[in-house]
Amino acid sequence: MRGWTSKPTTEMARPPPTLARHLLGSDPLRRAIYIVGLMPAVWTFYLGLMDQLGADPQNVLERTLGLWALRFLILTLAITPLRRLGGPNWIRYRRTLGLLGFYYAALHLTVYLVLDQGLDGAAIWADIVKRPYITVGMLAFTILVPLAVTSNNASIRRLGGTAWAQLHRLVYVAIAAAALHFVMLAKVWAVEPLCYAAIVAALLAYRLAVYLRPRHQKRRATEAVAPARSAR
Amino acid sequence: MLIKHSCDVAAADITPRGVYLRRRDFMAGAAGLALAAVAPIHAHAAPLAAAKSPLSTTDEPLTPRKDIISYNNFYEFGTDKDDPAKNAHTLTTKPWTVKIDGLVGKPAAYNLEDLVDTAALEERVYRMRCVEGWSMVIPWVGLPLAAILKKAEPQGSAKYVAFETLVRPAEMPGQKGFGQPLPWPYVEGLRMDEAMHPLTIMAVGLYGETLLNQNGAPFRLVVPWKYGFKSIKSVVRISLTETQPPTTWSKSNPREYGFYSNVNPAVDHPRWSQATERRIGESGLFVKRRPTLPFNGYGDQVAGLYAGLDLKANY
Repeated sequence: MRGWTSKPTTEMARPPPTLARHLLGSDPLRRAIYIVGLMPAVWTFYLGLMDQLGADPQNVLERTLGLWALRFLILTLAITPLRRLGGPNWIRYRRTLGLLGFYYAALHLTVYLVLDQGLDGAAIWADIVKRPYITVGMLAFTILVPLAVTSNNASIRRLGGTAWAQLHRLVYVAIAAAALHFVMLAKVWAVEPLCYAAIVAALLAYRLAVYLRPRHQKRRATEAVAPARSAR
Repeated sequence: MLIKHSCDVAAADITPRGVYLRRRDFMAGAAGLALAAVAPIHAHAAPLAAAKSPLSTTDEPLTPRKDIISYNNFYEFGTDKDDPAKNAHTLTTKPWTVKIDGLVGKPAAYNLEDLVDTAALEERVYRMRCVEGWSMVIPWVGLPLAAILKKAEPQGSAKYVAFETLVRPAEMPGQKGFGQPLPWPYVEGLRMDEAMHPLTIMAVGLYGETLLNQNGAPFRLVVPWKYGFKSIKSVVRISLTETQPPTTWSKSNPREYGFYSNVNPAVDHPRWSQATERRIGESGLFVKRRPTLPFNGYGDQVAGLYAGLDLKANY
């Protein structure tokens, strides 16, 4: 059941990964997920350059990148419930999906900072402190940074599995903030952001239900959120 | 009504033939609209002749027509920007009557043609600033609202003008089903002096053609110094009142939207800055924000209406 026990322990002695390996991984399927996963970003940017994104292309690019960030974060949180509710075990790909979510969040933020605000520091700072939806969005991104930086086996070794797992539980806060950020920017209660918020709420409620379960059942649940060392 | 042009209008731009042709053209346009009912969306627009107005904004390039007719907020047809262009073809705009009532000498259900006949059609190029932080430059075709109100003979006690959009769920998909974004009908209002101001028009066309449904056909308000949502679309009722009428967005969220809604870079929307705007159709993906102007750049003409009024409190 525990994915990482099937791997030889010698793997733990590998040298730290190069940047290319850190970004793309060594597993062919994982590389394929990265490449396919980054296609929406490449394609949307291409359409933008070709003037195919409608009247407000910058806004479409910004929103598309943000939406994919949220989608990948949702996928990372769906993996444990999927396995524990009898589905396939895709824990090997959770790190890949999480990093994709981070890359999309970083691209989303970059479009906001560079294209939308034109790197106007005063306007950006005013947005962050005065606009709750921007504050919440920045909070989500800020939380994702240490999680992305420690999404490698070396960090798991350095921090120890328990501390690492505790740190990475911050993704619950990040995804809640990301969903809230999406709901808050609409002028009215819009259907699409509320659907995403409902999915996020369900995934977080699942964790809460596991946490509140009687102790003898909780051990298995703790295993479910332990780091997936097989991910390298 | 022949308008003497100031020197910034080239002689070639003056089209006096439109003045005497205007009514016939509007009628022909309306007929063409009926004939084109089965054709694709674009065929709905029919040519309209209009004299260029000296009240136009002349120093900025027009937003491309394709953007003006595809990027719309018209929640009666859906909340996404492309929903109105996709869904609005179902609306029938002929015949169209406008009820004018309240504090007027001649309350009645007027045929649209009779209202449009009260003054010469003019082309008015105006900036349009949406409360969401984007803007366009649109060559409207319309006539002063003042001319229409005068036809109904406003009474001295009238202080405000209330407007109402059509409610027809069978033809407006955003008005039916679960999770309606706003209460219907969409309502808006102006103070009487705002309504009578020469810049305030009722538009029946843009880019020299009758309005497409997604732009508020067949008859919509345009108040260029206020955020776009004040310029109510597909108007079926105009009422003169003594008290300030309710307006849809301020009913829906009074903290974020007030009655006046004048474009004001110094008063932020609670959730975003109003200091800058993105001009639609300009530079594509790499468009840079431009500063938003007080009263959307029409301060010289309209700031006097608000002398002594606290614009922060009356947002």
